Amino acid sequence: MADALTPRGPAPVQVDRGQYLLAGALAVVGVYTVIDARGLNVGFGDPVGPRVFPYVIGVGMVVLAVLLALATARGDVAQGEEGEDIDLTSPPDWVTVGKLVGILVLNLLLVNIIGWAVTGALLFAGCAWALGSRTLVRDLLVGVVLSVGSWYGFYVGLDVPLAPGILDGIL
Amino acid sequence: MDTLNLLLGGLGNALTLENLLFAAVGVLLGTFVGVLPGIGPAMAVALLLPITFGLEATQSLILFAGIYYGGMYGGSTTSILLNTPGESASVMTAIEGNKMAKRGRAAQALATAAIGSFIAGTIGTLLVAFLTPWLADIAVDIGAPSFFAIMLLSLVLVTAVLGSSKLRGFIGLFIGLTIGLVGIDLSTGQARLTAGVLQLADGVDIVVVAVGVFAIGEALWIAAHLRRAPIDVIPVGRPFMSRDDWGRSWGPWLRGTALGFPFGALPAGGAETPTFLSYVLERRLSRKSEEFGHGAIEGVAGPEAANNASAAGMFVPLLALGLPVTATAAVLLAAMRTYGIVPGPTLMADQPDLVWTLLGALLIGNTLLLLINLPLAPLWAKLLQVPRPQLYAGILFFASLGAYAVNQSAFDIALLLVFGAVGFAVRRFGIPILPLILGVIIGPLMETRMREALDVSDGAISGLFNEPLAIVIYVLIVLALVVPPILERRGRGLVPGRLDDTSDDRTDESEVRR
Repeated sequence: MADALTPRGPAPVQVDRGQYLLAGALAVVGVYTVIDARGLNVGFGDPVGPRVFPYVIGVGMVVLAVLLALATARGDVAQGEEGEDIDLTSPPDWVTVGKLVGILVLNLLLVNIIGWAVTGALLFAGCAWALGSRTLVRDLLVGVVLSVGSWYGFYVGLDVPLAPGILDGIL
Repeated sequence: MDTLNLLLGGLGNALTLENLLFAAVGVLLGTFVGVLPGIGPAMAVALLLPITFGLEATQSLILFAGIYYGGMYGGSTTSILLNTPGESASVMTAIEGNKMAKRGRAAQALATAAIGSFIAGTIGTLLVAFLTPWLADIAVDIGAPSFFAIMLLSLVLVTAVLGSSKLRGFIGLFIGLTIGLVGIDLSTGQARLTAGVLQLADGVDIVVVAVGVFAIGEALWIAAHLRRAPIDVIPVGRPFMSRDDWGRSWGPWLRGTALGFPFGALPAGGAETPTFLSYVLERRLSRKSEEFGHGAIEGVAGPEAANNASAAGMFVPLLALGLPVTATAAVLLAAMRTYGIVPGPTLMADQPDLVWTLLGALLIGNTLLLLINLPLAPLWAKLLQVPRPQLYAGILFFASLGAYAVNQSAFDIALLLVFGAVGFAVRRFGIPILPLILGVIIGPLMETRMREALDVSDGAISGLFNEPLAIVIYVLIVLALVVPPILERRGRGLVPGRLDDTSDDRTDESEVRR
């Protein structure tokens, strides 16, 4: 996906190769939807059954995937979403995205083991670090305040016990 | 005057000290989150959903009313002070508002936006109070075939008519419809698209979808393209307006309201069209039309009023038909469902107190918004300078917290990441998010209605066409699909030319800034 740069200015037929990837993914989802629906039983006395809707959606998805692939071949280029903090002229920064995803996954794996009060703080500080903050100590402190605060907020205020993890009994 | 009494009753219910407190907290939180760059109203509502878990239904609705209007208002502050609108509905506000701010008239731009929003929101909410019972009365008699047609109409309008690319619109819609399929089919009890995963049997929680697509997707997308250069924020004092500004604003406020409300109330979805129409109208009507493009106050007053009036209008189909027409409405609908409230024709009859209290809360929230936010504007403006790493780290933190808190299950965080990836992809490929979210919500509703209709006709496809209303709506759908391309081909009429005008202005401006 190194070609995910949004091209600028007039150019000969631009091929946005990333879009083939999307078209492929859509086609797979569409086909899977249809196959999944084939395994459903239509009950007795049920004229429509649970199959019709997935069939329509799955087939529609495959058709859209084909149309997208055709449009891509003809030079259709995706215009990425713009926003306040977005600079589309620079190439996408996959390293930062990778770090963030890694941190989010780590939180997902650890939250039930060591508890939200710890992983939440690490999540915040880690994400800030990945995004370029260099005030690690301050970020950790803010993270601790946020995670412990939200733990108590949910526990006391809303009666929802988030996982206490290793701090069970201390919190 | 029955409606008026009921509304007064609702106001009375909402006016307890505790409820006022919830409304104020909602307004403050909503504005706070809405002002933050990168967070639109839909994301604000989705992120703040978990804090209402422990509350009772009425209070959480009041909180949401505040968050909703607060989030809308916060968005306009951002677009006036930063010239890079967070959502499409603020594009028009940003054009003139930012020019005004650059000429040292930020205070007036914020004031006319705030007061215009208040007026539009109040008139809009009153109209909702009068129209919803009427529409609900009619809707009770609407049969399944017509309901199916109405939902199809709203999906077609949102997908094919709004937005620049039909192909991408439909891709978004079908992704949403596919997500909506996941879970157990209610009438036969068979699992669909769950791949044997037990946690998916109940379907995918719309809150997880919304937070994933809006918050995680947005944060990752921004992380991939983070603007490294600092962005200039225009300092602002306490908003005020001169007598001349008032004279130039009240007309646009009322006209904007008149344009915005119907677009919000019809299943045409979104504030894009009315804000654009309002901008064009004000430019024609203004005696100082030469100021347009250089910071004309009418160009802020009209579109902002239109934006908020359509935000209020959205409650008519939501409450009377159970049909969300904007992404925020979809999230609100999901929030209501978690309390066992099912918006639709019967809601007015089943839980009238709740509806009237909600409408009362909307009026109160709107008033509080004006009272609280005019003096706080300089403070909100400072929020725009929040360091970006901490801002987006905070969004990821609260998004994970929200998904986790729903069931205290790590599986939901995994789902959240999956939908975050979807959110990233749709941003990368320019696929609109509104059809996606509406597909998730409306898809299952549509299937229910379709099967109801076909059960009655014993499977014959004619079961979908046996009501006059349904046929009328199918004709409308065909017209909506066929007419715009024809108009476009004929002479590239009014609208595109106008759009080019304004976009030229904007590119000039950004080049100057560079």
